[in-house]
Amino acid sequence: MTQKTNSFKCYPLGDAAIVIQLGDQISPAINARVRAICAYLDEYSFEGFVEYVPAFTTVTLYYEPWVINYSKLLPLLQEMANEVLEEEEVSSGPVLEIPVLYGGEWGPDLDFVASHNKISTAEVIALHTAPEYLVYMIGFAPGFPYLGGMNKLIAAPRKDTPRMKIAAGSVGIAGEQTGIYPIETPGGWQIIGRSPIDLFDLDREVPAFLKAGDRLRFVEISEKEFKKIRRIKNGD
Amino acid sequence: MGIKVLKAGLLTTVQDAGRYGYRKDGIILAGAMDAHAWKLGNMLVGNTAGEAGIECTLMGPFLLFEQDQLIAITGADLSAEVDGVPVPMWRPIHIQKGAILSFGQARSGCRTYLAVHGGFDLPPVLGSNSTYLRAGFGGLEGRALKTGDLIPFKSAAPDLPGAFNWSLSPKMYQRRQDELIRVIRGPEFEDFHEKSMAAILTEKFKISKEADRMGYRLEGTALKLLKKKEMLSSAVAFGTVQVTAEGNPIVLMADHQTTGGYPRILQVASVDLGKLAQFQSGDLLSFELITLAQAQVLAVSEEQELRQLHQTLTFKYPING
Repeated sequence: MTQKTNSFKCYPLGDAAIVIQLGDQISPAINARVRAICAYLDEYSFEGFVEYVPAFTTVTLYYEPWVINYSKLLPLLQEMANEVLEEEEVSSGPVLEIPVLYGGEWGPDLDFVASHNKISTAEVIALHTAPEYLVYMIGFAPGFPYLGGMNKLIAAPRKDTPRMKIAAGSVGIAGEQTGIYPIETPGGWQIIGRSPIDLFDLDREVPAFLKAGDRLRFVEISEKEFKKIRRIKNGD
Repeated sequence: MGIKVLKAGLLTTVQDAGRYGYRKDGIILAGAMDAHAWKLGNMLVGNTAGEAGIECTLMGPFLLFEQDQLIAITGADLSAEVDGVPVPMWRPIHIQKGAILSFGQARSGCRTYLAVHGGFDLPPVLGSNSTYLRAGFGGLEGRALKTGDLIPFKSAAPDLPGAFNWSLSPKMYQRRQDELIRVIRGPEFEDFHEKSMAAILTEKFKISKEADRMGYRLEGTALKLLKKKEMLSSAVAFGTVQVTAEGNPIVLMADHQTTGGYPRILQVASVDLGKLAQFQSGDLLSFELITLAQAQVLAVSEEQELRQLHQTLTFKYPING
């Protein structure tokens, strides 16, 4: 991209939201800028601010138009974004480990992903657990992460007919993306395993386990370990 | 003491203003589809906070009141009756212990709101009582009401002398009886073919059978992009009109997902979201383009009207100060 690194543009999404666009492709550098804007808004918001939603290249801010209108808000945000983007990058947190039990009843499509890519299931697991993934954004369902960093050697098409029910914690592949289902939902992803941890738990102070900007790694566990983690979760 | 659901109706849910502050976590806003009608209902029964009400859809429920209560019915006219006798809308009604509130034929609109004095005693989830049907939380156990449900009141009917022989001025709630929905341009408006831009702003579109709290799929001229565009998912809002790969517009409604990956051709003006919420499958609508500044002026004056009404009503409900 030839764009200046701290350039951005703003445009309205209706009469109660404004979008700050920080680039036009998926990249860790642009994600860092998205995160910097969000971190700033966590500290300093403005009168009429409602909330923000980060995405791959944008931060959308919702506001109350009867408190502040677009023509007043625009220069305010431009000044803010200029200031924020000149500063050092926000540091990212630790790499979170997501334990996953691969294959069997927990990952019924592991064999398909292996045969589709003409590799063994052990190789699929090795390739899936190798990289450090970046959570670019949360969307689709509560706490559902859009992850970047999957190896294309384990890419697989969506299922022709989506499953009616995919259990919470299921780890799947769709095209060149991998993800993890925080709640039970219908879905068309190829399911290769399941994590025993709760990605979405209303009893936690922050129900969604992951947020945009988090880094994570999948770690293979045995069925015994899976059950042990579940038991601890259930307080036994 | 509260209401007992004798018959649930088509889709009867508990809703308030919506669940704010969690959209970044993928948690939808939800909330009343016609927020304006919901707000007026609360004001009519003297509620100052954004108490949750009951949203009824086309075929309303049958509800037994276990206690005297002050209620108001706002939104769509679904032929509300108390013990078989038609009752007026848009005004406070005293309902007696043992009475049954029922709904019949849908005369106009799609969604009716029942507000009760003091609100319902339900545990808020993440700061809201709105029902998140898909994730199964909020409202009453995260689901639509069903026969046998009991929903407790927070308080009894207010001890106010005199009959509630007043009602809301129709100018507070009457909307133009036409098919026009005011919009401003969406972020990707100019990525569409000139003919498609003209079509969406001049032609009529029909609300298909796929119309629910998540969104309305519209039928009409297929809309085309100038050139195929790789869209990265980004945030959307209540009222975003996005266009699918087949060229069909979908208007996102209260239960829409937080982000979307389709081009956003239009955005419905906030003041017309309630009007749109009262449309049903098979209805025709057309979009009328206004400017962002006009949309914001409309939003400001609606808010001012509501605040003025709230001021006026504090004299009728001195108990709430």
